[in-house]
Amino acid sequence: MLFKILPKSELAGLFAALSENDIIGPVHKGDNRAGTPLFDFARVTDFDTLRLDFTSTVHSAKRFVLPYRETLSTFRITKDSWEKQVDFNIERPFVLFGLHACDINALNKLDKVLMGSVYPTPYYAAKRRNMFIIGIDCIPLSSCFCRSMGTDTALTGFDLFLTDLGERYFVEIRSAKAFQFLKGLSLSDPADSDHDLYLDKNTAMNAAFVAHVETSDLTKILDLEFESPVWKDWGARCLSCGTCANVCPTCYCYGVEETVALDLSSARKEKQLHSCNLVDFAEVAGGHNFRPESASRLKYRYYHKHRGFVEAFEESLCVGCGRCGRSCLAEINVPDVIASIRHEEMVSDR
Amino acid sequence: MGKEKTYLGVPVYRPRVAFFEFTSCEGCQLQILNREESLLDFLNLVEIVDFREAMTEGSDDYEIAFVEGCISRDDEVVRLQEIRQRAKVLVALGSCACFGGVNQLKNRFLDQGWVHRQVYGEYPIASLPVRSLADIVTVDVSIFGCPIKKEEVEKIVTNIALGKSIVHPKYPVCMECQANENICLFDLGEPCLGPVTRAGCDSWCPNNRAGCWGCRGPADDADPQRLKAIMVKHGFSLETIIDRLDCFGGFVRESARLRDELENVGQTGSVDPGGGI
Ligand code: SF4
Ligand code: SF4
Ligand code: SF4
Ligand code: SF4
Ligand code: SF4
Repeated sequence: MLFKILPKSELAGLFAALSENDIIGPVHKGDNRAGTPLFDFARVTDFDTLRLDFTSTVHSAKRFVLPYRETLSTFRITKDSWEKQVDFNIERPFVLFGLHACDINALNKLDKVLMGSVYPTPYYAAKRRNMFIIGIDCIPLSSCFCRSMGTDTALTGFDLFLTDLGERYFVEIRSAKAFQFLKGLSLSDPADSDHDLYLDKNTAMNAAFVAHVETSDLTKILDLEFESPVWKDWGARCLSCGTCANVCPTCYCYGVEETVALDLSSARKEKQLHSCNLVDFAEVAGGHNFRPESASRLKYRYYHKHRGFVEAFEESLCVGCGRCGRSCLAEINVPDVIASIRHEEMVSDR
Repeated sequence: MGKEKTYLGVPVYRPRVAFFEFTSCEGCQLQILNREESLLDFLNLVEIVDFREAMTEGSDDYEIAFVEGCISRDDEVVRLQEIRQRAKVLVALGSCACFGGVNQLKNRFLDQGWVHRQVYGEYPIASLPVRSLADIVTVDVSIFGCPIKKEEVEKIVTNIALGKSIVHPKYPVCMECQANENICLFDLGEPCLGPVTRAGCDSWCPNNRAGCWGCRGPADDADPQRLKAIMVKHGFSLETIIDRLDCFGGFVRESARLRDELENVGQTGSVDPGGGI
């Protein structure tokens, strides 16, 4: 790792150097009814619309590697045969310009499932391998709990990581590619005062955490509390709407559907992200539904994130970004659910 | 047209299809005629023997009946029963056919005589309270929406032709809305029936920054009581919720229940958000 200092005025130059690729970054999407700005990731062509001071985005950057809907293959149907075309749906490399540590870690977790398994997903890998990632430091919202999940720091999975020191950025350079792109810009070595500012930034971040999830022995506690009545209470509130999975940077479940065109001369196989909270998630051929109650579906969402995945990969499938809790109309959020399972007082204010 | 269709070498049976309308705006049928670029393919797949909106001659020899509209007169009941007898498959086309649609709003008036005088004056029309097709006959396939989406009809017709099953999304509109990365209307201070309404429209209204009015009726496992808790929490009155639930007729039972509650509120003066929130 190389540490450098970049004057803020130089960042537009970096943006320009990268702009032959598709640049995706946080933009201001509007304000909510209380006047709080809402951000989301979008394609950015104008550097001035990039909002690196964003709090969190409503939706994660997941759709750029794992689109909500994606055509997996198309078929040309001839008289008594067919021809299959496969496209991994990537035209140009992506630059993710401004990911917080939680979201970088989320991509690292997705990699484990979608690229590290016996059957890697080529649609995901094609996008993931053609990607340049610039991280940016953050001040957590009251609903963020990445610290509890060990994802408040990104160690891998980025090319560059910026920390805002006021007039300049503290830059961690992780890849040779990143170094190439920075070459023409006026970089300098960090001074002692920059180190101090970096530490101050770190202290401010740590002091801002409100929400917390106690993860010690959590897999075992979840096992013990499998029949806990608490699940019923949460299930009674859940709308089975799937919003939590859609906004989550690490949910990857999907369904596949084949559609034949009206003129019967072509067909298409399409993947659509699904959610374990949806009523038909565990419905199998013949109509039997293994999880007909919302309580059991909600429970399994937590079991996948905080138990099953931990047993398989020794880490949780939740990065503590807090998006699911902020978006859930029924105000169901991870810190409260886990606290209730552990018989603790609920802590977060959403 | 005419020449036999095959799919992967297997001949595809071309069913005889008829379209009928009852009390409705005929907008759903128009949707079918609308997409000219796919109309010919549609006609290749089915043989249309009766379609008053598109042709002059009609025939009684059909296998699939697409029926638009709700039932609001005695003669309509008889005609619908005849159609049911002739058709192998009866398809309810659009929200009027599925739930009564906007027309069933008139059922809310306690004095139906007054409604009749306001609308028809002295004109002698025997108009009944509005019913959906399923209130009278067995419906085999429902195509939801006000109006329906032609793409959906085309998909269903293709599936019928190929013998594939017809499945509607069981989950609510929110799932599509968030896959479209909309900002939730509740965050913008507007009500929305997305959490209880069946998806399939690709969150048409929220995509255009308008809350859902429930035109596709309830999703499987939808619980309007939970939605009510959220609406109340966001400062919307029971009347607002009832108005929305009432609009297309898919939630009549729930809105009746809320109307009872509203009467109780009138007496106690407080709304219980319920739902544990
Ligand atoms: S937990 Fe919340 S967001 Fe997730 S399905 Fe239930 S109601 Fe929807
Ligand atoms: S479960 Fe919730 S808090 Fe955890 S990563 Fe997903 S959206 Fe973020
Ligand atoms: S099972 Fe549920 S929690 Fe796990 S990835 Fe799938 S949708 Fe997300
Ligand atoms: S706008 Fe409506 S449909 Fe979309 S997420 Fe919000 S409640 Fe659901
Ligand atoms: S959003 Fe609601 S009202 Fe609008 S088309 Fe879809 S189901 Fe109908």
